[in-house]
Amino acid sequence: MSKPEFVYVTYIETTPEKLWEALTNSDFTRRYWFNTDVRSDWKVGSPFALVMGGKTTDTGEILEADRPRRLSYTFRHELIEAMSKEPATKVVFTIEPYGNLVKLTVTHEGFVEGSKLFDGISKGWPAILSGLKSLLETGEVLTIPPAALGIEGFA
Amino acid sequence: MDEVFRALADGSRRSLLDRLHARNGQTLNELCEGLDMTRQAVTKHLAILEQASLVTTFKHGREKLHYLNPVPIHQIGERWIKKFERGKLAALSDLKRQLEKRDE
Repeated sequence: MSKPEFVYVTYIETTPEKLWEALTNSDFTRRYWFNTDVRSDWKVGSPFALVMGGKTTDTGEILEADRPRRLSYTFRHELIEAMSKEPATKVVFTIEPYGNLVKLTVTHEGFVEGSKLFDGISKGWPAILSGLKSLLETGEVLTIPPAALGIEGFA
Repeated sequence: MDEVFRALADGSRRSLLDRLHARNGQTLNELCEGLDMTRQAVTKHLAILEQASLVTTFKHGREKLHYLNPVPIHQIGERWIKKFERGKLAALSDLKRQLEKRDE
């Protein structure tokens, strides 16, 4: 077992149930995840897709869905050819109560040596998680255009 | 947010973050290698960085790995940088990078 390439943590003033909803319901994700819809029935073995402006950007398969504690899926980018050829990576969300807060840990692993997806991912997650926290705590998000993050091929 | 600024206001702690930025997911031993700091000092600095959520630890088998967690830094940016300034700032920092590269 290789170690994850990324481990992100954020503490959010919310409930595990609301956080689960925010991660799996497009009405929420559209507001903090670069206007992206998340499509899945969230059952183990079901397909998963991220859809942005009608285009499927990323796909995967649900590996674990233990509402509202743990969610994981495989993740492969579809739009940019160099990235879509890379083997699927794995994303895991862990939701734990932490006093009156909820601790969200996101790990992303399984990148090949010299992965093109790696760079985009390292810029994307901090922005997404920061937006998610703002949305759940204040009901508002500053929408940052993806182009401003300097993610290659993603504007 | 105070904790984040306090944690960042120290050169040794920033150098630990730089080391994780260069290579994420290191053990305490790896982080101590080649550093001019005692193991106790590194442990103390890591605790402060972890308290501020700038470093997060992850158990991998028997090892405790340290990861750079840039989410709080992103939040500081969101608080004071308005969205219409983002594009300009991105362009400026690109320009700065390009110009500095040329000097090397």
